[in-house]
Amino acid sequence: MSLLPGATPAPPTAPRRRPLHGKGQAIGLGFVVLYLSVIVLIPLAAVVATSQENGLAGFWKAVTTPEASSTLKLTIGASFLVAVINCLMGTMIAWLLVRDRLPGRGFFDALIDLPFALPTIVAGLALLTVYGTDSPLGLDIAYSRLAVVVALLFVTLPFVVRTVQPVLLELDREMEQAAASLGAGPATIFFRIILPNILPAMAAGTALSFARAVSEFGSTVLISGNLPFKTQVASVHIFNQLENDNVAGAAAVATVLLVVALVMLVALDVLQRWGARRG
Amino acid sequence: MATALLTLTLAACASTEASTDDGSAAGSGGEEVTLSLVAYSTPQAAYEKIIAAFQETEAGQDVKFEQSYGASGDQSRAVEAGLPADFVMFSLEPDMTRLVDAGMVDASWSSDENKGVITNSVVALVTRKGNPEGVQGWDDLTKKGVEVITPNPFSSGGARWNLMAGYGAQLEDGKSEADGEQYLADLLANVPVQDESARASLQTFSGGKGDVLISYENEAIFAQQNGEDLDYVVPDSTILIENPAAVTSTTKHPKEAKAFLDFVRGEEAQKIFAENGYRPVLDGADTAGQDFPEPAGLFTIADLGGWDEVLATFFDEENGVVTEIERNLGVSTEK
Repeated sequence: MSLLPGATPAPPTAPRRRPLHGKGQAIGLGFVVLYLSVIVLIPLAAVVATSQENGLAGFWKAVTTPEASSTLKLTIGASFLVAVINCLMGTMIAWLLVRDRLPGRGFFDALIDLPFALPTIVAGLALLTVYGTDSPLGLDIAYSRLAVVVALLFVTLPFVVRTVQPVLLELDREMEQAAASLGAGPATIFFRIILPNILPAMAAGTALSFARAVSEFGSTVLISGNLPFKTQVASVHIFNQLENDNVAGAAAVATVLLVVALVMLVALDVLQRWGARRG
Repeated sequence: MATALLTLTLAACASTEASTDDGSAAGSGGEEVTLSLVAYSTPQAAYEKIIAAFQETEAGQDVKFEQSYGASGDQSRAVEAGLPADFVMFSLEPDMTRLVDAGMVDASWSSDENKGVITNSVVALVTRKGNPEGVQGWDDLTKKGVEVITPNPFSSGGARWNLMAGYGAQLEDGKSEADGEQYLADLLANVPVQDESARASLQTFSGGKGDVLISYENEAIFAQQNGEDLDYVVPDSTILIENPAAVTSTTKHPKEAKAFLDFVRGEEAQKIFAENGYRPVLDGADTAGQDFPEPAGLFTIADLGGWDEVLATFFDEENGVVTEIERNLGVSTEK
């Protein structure tokens, strides 16, 4: 991956397909496929199948009701914004944790994992206490779209930080020193040498934080106020549909979220490969 | 090899456990029976006392209980999906009807003198201590600048009591159905937060948001008993909340379950319900010193056409009255 500037890349060779040796590898592969199927693939297939209960027409109807489309717009829009913010802030935080001699660095490092450890309802409650009606800071942003974004930022904080951090740690400093010795300024070093190397990690982390934001329920349900057409997110809409025994409708909106997350993951993967080829 | 051994060992353990269980359950006379009670969340405190009282009676001596509490709709769906239950209680009738349709509760569940209902409550208006806004009735809720807290009627079945109470109160006062619908539109325009459930709404209100909370009388009493600084007003016209309970037809212990249901309808249990803020259905029951005002314009869901009609007219997700109101509000707020 780390090409010296000026070198020509070697012509690509087709990878040789190696036959699986012995039963051990086959059993291992079989086990992994079984595990993934049982835990992930079959339940997801069940969701998609349930959404087809009323046929494609029923699916389209469930997804295009004014309520469904407004919640989907809000969820996807907010998640996209949160993903972009995380991409920037997460990289900055990872940089500070790895490169700068911050006092109390260990403490901040442990803090990053806190959103993983907290149940999302507790996160929502904490945010509501600090940024709600009785806010000790005097900041009342609860029950608004801003509240949705803040809740999503909280729960998706660790993703980009944790994917970029190990790459930054492993980064070979010699390249930067070589560039500096050749007269490159800090900005050039960052954009021409460091960024191409951490771009795959940033893309992966951003994809994860988007997928996580799209599906968030516990924290947004508390702090957003769930006003239809204003602050209600897609996961709450799905919950409402289930409460009204409209399982097919709920599965339809869930399938849309699945597809959106998948598209984002694929798009970021493509971006990452393009970035790697350019670098 | 190791995996195979492990699986065999686990299977052996499981089968020995199962056989021991069978041995203890199918005993001779005086055997211990375990009843599974599935109910909605708010009567939990009351049931814990009622069960203790039941176990002191002759009929309840050898009866143990496994209790499950949760949102009424979720509990009903869980039983439909197979959660074992001998005795069920929900916050509104459609959750029981779901089980009747699934063949798990006999259609005769509502044939007693109280139509299957074992506790009542009323929709009340909860205010801050001392009622600083001077809320007396439903008309105060549609005034400009008043913030009303009520749960989302589409996420919580129980939340629908609140809106039907407001609507029905208008009809009770002699207004037309169109006026009633306009009232609901004005009311919903004053709602800044729509929580998932009644309890969540109570939390939001206790947390400082809103001027008035539409809730059930038993929730208000519960909050006061837990030290919240709240007052509540029972408006002149309001709806009677009826909570149904029944013995399932899939129970393996019909005798004991029926005995428990009879106990729950009896004096001692009704008094415990009253202590916890519920209105007893038994005529002449001890209200344990609670003040349960009788509103002059008390009506029931039957007066509004029954739950089936109300759900279809108001809460149908395509063209229900409330759905339309929410959509119109949404469009106007988006502008």
